[in-house]
Amino acid sequence: MVQRLKEVDVVVIGVGMVGSIVAKELAAAGYKVVGLERGEARFTVPQFQSPAIHDELRFDIRKALMQDNTREAVTFRNQSAETALPIRRWESFLPGTGLGGSMVHWNGQTYRFQANDFELATRTRERYGSNFLGSDVTIQDWGVTYNDLEPHYDRFEYLLGTSGKAGNIRGRIVPGGDPFESPRSREYPTPPQKEHYSGALFRKAASSLGYHPFPQPSSNLSQPYTNSEGIKLNACVFCGFCERYACEHFAKSVPQTIILPVLLANPNFELRTGCQVQRINLDSTRKKATGVTYIDAAGREFEQPASLVITSSFALNNVRMLLLSRIGTPYDPAAAKGVVGRNYAYQTMSSVASFFDEDMFINPFMASGASGTLINDFAGDNFDHSGLGFIGGSFIGAVNTNGRPIQYHPVPPGTPSWGKGWKDAVVKHYNHTVMFSLHGSSVSTRQNYLDLDPTYKDAWGQPLLRMTFDFPENDLKMAAYVTAKAVEIGKAMGAKQVAGSARKGPYTTTQYQTTHNTGGTVMGSDPSTSVVNRYLQSWDVPNVFIIGASAYPQNASWNPTNTLGALTYWAIDAIKNKYLKNPGRLVSA
Amino acid sequence: MNKVTRRSFVASIGAASMVPAASALAEEAAAPPSAHTPPGTRAAAPAVYLFFNASEATFIEAACERLIPTDEHGAGALAAGVPNYLDKQLAGAWGAGERLYRSGPWAAGSASQGYQLPFTPGELFHQALRAINHDLDSRGTPFSKMSAEAQDAYLKSLEGGGADLNGVPSGVFFGMLLQMTVEGFFSDPVYGGNRDMVAWRMIGFPGAYADYYESIDRHGVKFEREPMSLGEDGQRHIHPDPNIPAHL
Repeated sequence: MVQRLKEVDVVVIGVGMVGSIVAKELAAAGYKVVGLERGEARFTVPQFQSPAIHDELRFDIRKALMQDNTREAVTFRNQSAETALPIRRWESFLPGTGLGGSMVHWNGQTYRFQANDFELATRTRERYGSNFLGSDVTIQDWGVTYNDLEPHYDRFEYLLGTSGKAGNIRGRIVPGGDPFESPRSREYPTPPQKEHYSGALFRKAASSLGYHPFPQPSSNLSQPYTNSEGIKLNACVFCGFCERYACEHFAKSVPQTIILPVLLANPNFELRTGCQVQRINLDSTRKKATGVTYIDAAGREFEQPASLVITSSFALNNVRMLLLSRIGTPYDPAAAKGVVGRNYAYQTMSSVASFFDEDMFINPFMASGASGTLINDFAGDNFDHSGLGFIGGSFIGAVNTNGRPIQYHPVPPGTPSWGKGWKDAVVKHYNHTVMFSLHGSSVSTRQNYLDLDPTYKDAWGQPLLRMTFDFPENDLKMAAYVTAKAVEIGKAMGAKQVAGSARKGPYTTTQYQTTHNTGGTVMGSDPSTSVVNRYLQSWDVPNVFIIGASAYPQNASWNPTNTLGALTYWAIDAIKNKYLKNPGRLVSA
Repeated sequence: MNKVTRRSFVASIGAASMVPAASALAEEAAAPPSAHTPPGTRAAAPAVYLFFNASEATFIEAACERLIPTDEHGAGALAAGVPNYLDKQLAGAWGAGERLYRSGPWAAGSASQGYQLPFTPGELFHQALRAINHDLDSRGTPFSKMSAEAQDAYLKSLEGGGADLNGVPSGVFFGMLLQMTVEGFFSDPVYGGNRDMVAWRMIGFPGAYADYYESIDRHGVKFEREPMSLGEDGQRHIHPDPNIPAHL
């Protein structure tokens, strides 16, 4: 029997980074907000404490903090002609679960996208002509500009306390920062983290080649910081257990350390954990949401009526929630019609390993998830693509995140995969190798998309999300080009051997690449090519907002979290100051 | 060469939550907690196998030692307790299919789609080992009695993937064996491998140690410090327990 609960003003689906921020803002504005989180409640103390948190097997390999895929998986195929099969073990990407969401296990790499990224279709056409791209590429403008978002980037960075060095303050180029960045209104909240040896080697080599190295903006903080919510964070001690882990030191900016203490103290907010939302309910017109239906950890079904529904779960789960709720028209790749699930994109990750002599102690285990030194000379549209046959790019950096040895034991190409030869190589290179990360953009295409699987179900009997994806030709060309540039930097460092691994197709789910899945509920100004308007409001059901990286029309050269933080504040401002004062469509279709 | 000062542990480190109530290692059980036996000086006790039967264990022990052999760098997989690690993982939640989506229908799929067999890791090992031991019996020489070169050749034939081991492609079995061997070699000793942190000492990984704030910008320094396990208590006493089926 379904139990119908008392109506509230707002229900938030997923209490991670986005959910925590929107709930905090709306509760502070006096609205009654219920946050529904499918996972468990968890906090820095006691759940994230040492020494148990420093367990590579449990967290890296067994993926203790990730979405329970025995209950809720994703099916996958490279091409729509194939039959999708379940991703039976997470490898390629790792959606989190539980209070604080995927941000709990992030690395803290806190980049802004560039002005160009938000108007990518227009600017590409202007610079390279309208025939430059393959006919299958479906990139589009976001419907917001960098200037719209700048104040919100700033607000989010001061919530996090991000440690970095500005390269462009209001149009003035600042030495030591990234000269390619779009103008920011002020300096970072805290100075950069200390530079790791690999970063120093990279800096020298990149400078010698005329490039522009700068410290990676990090939300593992360089010094103690009191954030914009009045919450205190500590300095990171470079323990080397960051991505896939939670931070025991209160030094990584995650919902638990930046906003949940304020949110949970507000009596207007109620957190319910262990609640699996089944669907957003609509009235008979199907133009108005009436609330959500969820099943709690004990298997009891509830209906939670609400005036406003905000979906703030991981990108893939936002898309699935709309499809399960039958909000918006599902994308049909054959007809190239429909919008929900359209423009799924990823990122195109390559790497370069530089092997040194055994008297060079690199000490990879001294690390934060976001310490590092990099260049943006080959990112985005910071270089001329004329004649190259692709758009986009990668940052290239010595982004040394850890030395945890089950996963990290670099060996040169041609090394045997086991036996005496393997062991010799592991001993010889473990502490004497510098790894570059090449973090590449991803265009959206007609054939890459998300929909509901016709066969496989979750533990509640609902269809799994189906992913159809392969790397676009554009992005593989980009990866090859940028990897060649990075190999030159490795050689300039004086390494004995430099091995570049440019990303190649086909895309495989069996190898970790990145958890920067984007698209599927993309934003825009045209309802025939977007699911939400520029304020992340559903075109079809105006009292539903979908906030997540699912809104990105394509993916840029940098980690997406900071942009999502900026979009969250941008959307919540519109919700508070426009929508709630006069509920209805914020943009006429 | 600069030597980094050994730093004191953070005050919150306590092994209590990770320490088993009783150890099945005879030497561990016999030694009073205050004995302060230096790490690495105790003889390795034979593993108590919960998952592998005797003939399976004989193959696994010999095979793991070829995957990571003892050499001038130090212990190989056998001395590090990797077969014990495998046994406890396979006897526990991991072996039973933890974190594995297990609903059908089943299809082979493409390489990009990853593991698509209905077997749990425990089922997969039993199926494959039964076929392997049957095959070895028919050849006349037990795997453990073969020369190292013959053992390597046999393992390479498994790695090649052609054989059907009771429904398990041999390459899939070999891949899982190799992955789990590396896990057992490099994971924390609380899981029953990496005995006395031999693998960490071999490469210079300090383990669960957690504070490099003062060392990170001392570029190129050789960081000489005893590694630290999750299972260490305040007396620097390590508590591996071969009989914990470690799980999440």
